[in-house]
Amino acid sequence: MEQLLQQIVNGISLGSIYALIALGYTMVYGIIKLINFAHCDIYMIGAYVGYVCMAKLGLGFVPSLLVSMLVCTLLGVAIEKIAYKPLRNATRIAALITAIGVSLFLEYTTMFFATANVRTYPPMTGFMAKTFKLGDVVISAQQILIAIITIILMVLLQLIVKKTRIGKAMRAVSLDKDAAELMGINVDSTISFTFALGSALAGAAGILVGVYYNSINPLMGVLPGLKAFVAAVFGGIGIIPGAMLGGYVIGIVEVFVAGLGYSMYRDAVVFAILILILIVRPAGLLGKNTREKV
Amino acid sequence: MKGILSAQFTRRLILVVLTYVIVQLLISVNIINDYLQATLTTICINIILAVSLNLITGFTGQFSLGHAGFMSIGAYTCALLILKDPTLPNFLLGTLLGALLAALVGFLVGLPTLRLRGDYLAIATLGMAEIIRIMFINMDKITNGPRGLSGIPRFVNWTWLFIFTVGTVLLIRNFLRSSHGRACIAIREDEIAAETMGINTTWYKVLAFVIGAFCAGIAGALYASYFYFIKPDLFGFLKSVDILVMVVLGGLGSISGSILAAILLAVISTLLQSFSEIRMILYALILIVIMIFRPQGLLGSKEISLSVFNRLSRLFAFEKEEK
Repeated sequence: MEQLLQQIVNGISLGSIYALIALGYTMVYGIIKLINFAHCDIYMIGAYVGYVCMAKLGLGFVPSLLVSMLVCTLLGVAIEKIAYKPLRNATRIAALITAIGVSLFLEYTTMFFATANVRTYPPMTGFMAKTFKLGDVVISAQQILIAIITIILMVLLQLIVKKTRIGKAMRAVSLDKDAAELMGINVDSTISFTFALGSALAGAAGILVGVYYNSINPLMGVLPGLKAFVAAVFGGIGIIPGAMLGGYVIGIVEVFVAGLGYSMYRDAVVFAILILILIVRPAGLLGKNTREKV
Repeated sequence: MKGILSAQFTRRLILVVLTYVIVQLLISVNIINDYLQATLTTICINIILAVSLNLITGFTGQFSLGHAGFMSIGAYTCALLILKDPTLPNFLLGTLLGALLAALVGFLVGLPTLRLRGDYLAIATLGMAEIIRIMFINMDKITNGPRGLSGIPRFVNWTWLFIFTVGTVLLIRNFLRSSHGRACIAIREDEIAAETMGINTTWYKVLAFVIGAFCAGIAGALYASYFYFIKPDLFGFLKSVDILVMVVLGGLGSISGSILAAILLAVISTLLQSFSEIRMILYALILIVIMIFRPQGLLGSKEISLSVFNRLSRLFAFEKEEK
């Protein structure tokens, strides 16, 4: 029982990170129907910015978090403006290939400048190094921090999407771009704003992973990125609560598979879930089936 | 009309035989040394991979990101067979078996997933390739896990490479000129319209997928038997992207484009061998720039006609002799 609870605690920490990344995938897909492969590398850049802030500049955790979110926001918007905007009316395959190109570019440019070596975050001090015991269940301060920051960010995101004018514009554009444009919504800036939001969340996920797992490398984004995408598909791509749900489910499943002693198969299980979901319920758990019109 | 066709056919035949003979001569007088021969092998394997992926992605319009997975099945099947009993018939059997197994997996995976459209299919095939890779890593007793198989006997020489490469290109070219191939192209152009014209879209998509997987299996077998060593990580996501880059660069829907791009990229990657990061940055930039300025690829869906090939081959022949 304790072990079960312990696994759930670990699963939630991992799931929070997947959920944060998945939100970016799902929002971008919802608005321009593009699998933004570069998203996982924005998360990687977030981890590196966090590393520079904490290890080299000696900043505290919260300022580092803000800096890395800011840098990722700018990066996300720049990628959208430079690489994706010219392709807005091109075929889906062209856009997808560009996204893969941007992803490779970020990975290997980082590798070129920062080398392929694994970097380690500085050891945590004070509150961040503490662990708490609830019965036999061990919870580290970092896990609590991840859970709290994730929840704060998700609540903020919901508020922005549901309550603000720009959030309303986002929802309108993802529903029908042309109609939204006719209603006087500036589609370009709305899309940029979506990228900014998603990238900021990815940046936060990056620094949280750096603090939690303590080691980062230029290709660290690839697998979590794919899994986060699986999470987005699981919950129903384009649906924000779906991405959160999917993130937690994938995180917990992965931790359980590893806990049962099949840790070598945990990635395979996640992809098997993906293929199953795509076959059985392509619209995702919370998605609605849409009819195709000719 | 028939007379022209047969003249064309003879000229093509002569060109093909000539290419074989010239390269064979250059190898036997050691102008193409071991190093260049490795590049030559890479080129041939790349051609098989690129042309077969082009059938799936370029001609049928189904975006697959799992081609390296099929390749690994061919590689492991062939490698395991010839490691047990290193004879030439066994190599051929292994190649055939590997290709058939890859085709079978392609069928099993394709049947459910090809109902998906565009991006979803890409992700599903990517997941499939990852699952295959993880399986190979975990089947420790058979595949030696992540360390891979080494000391695979070499049976691949220029003759076999040439036969398999030309065979693959011919197979796919002739397939595309048959009514089946036309159906595949119709699916790419407009799936719904194709369906209303009575084309069984799922069947043709699976067919293209299976043929592509079969050829990728051949490529894998050739790779295993030439380069002595295979491991699961060689056939990861990056390899699939590598193949995709060739197809995209050459032109989605152009066989000669794929061949050209395969040659070009093999040469580039040989030149940049010691700078792997720069090579990948370059790849990435090529992808982005081509997609932004020429989304249909260098050749688009056009093919290079024979006369250009003639001139080009003459040029190449001169250059080679000068070296």
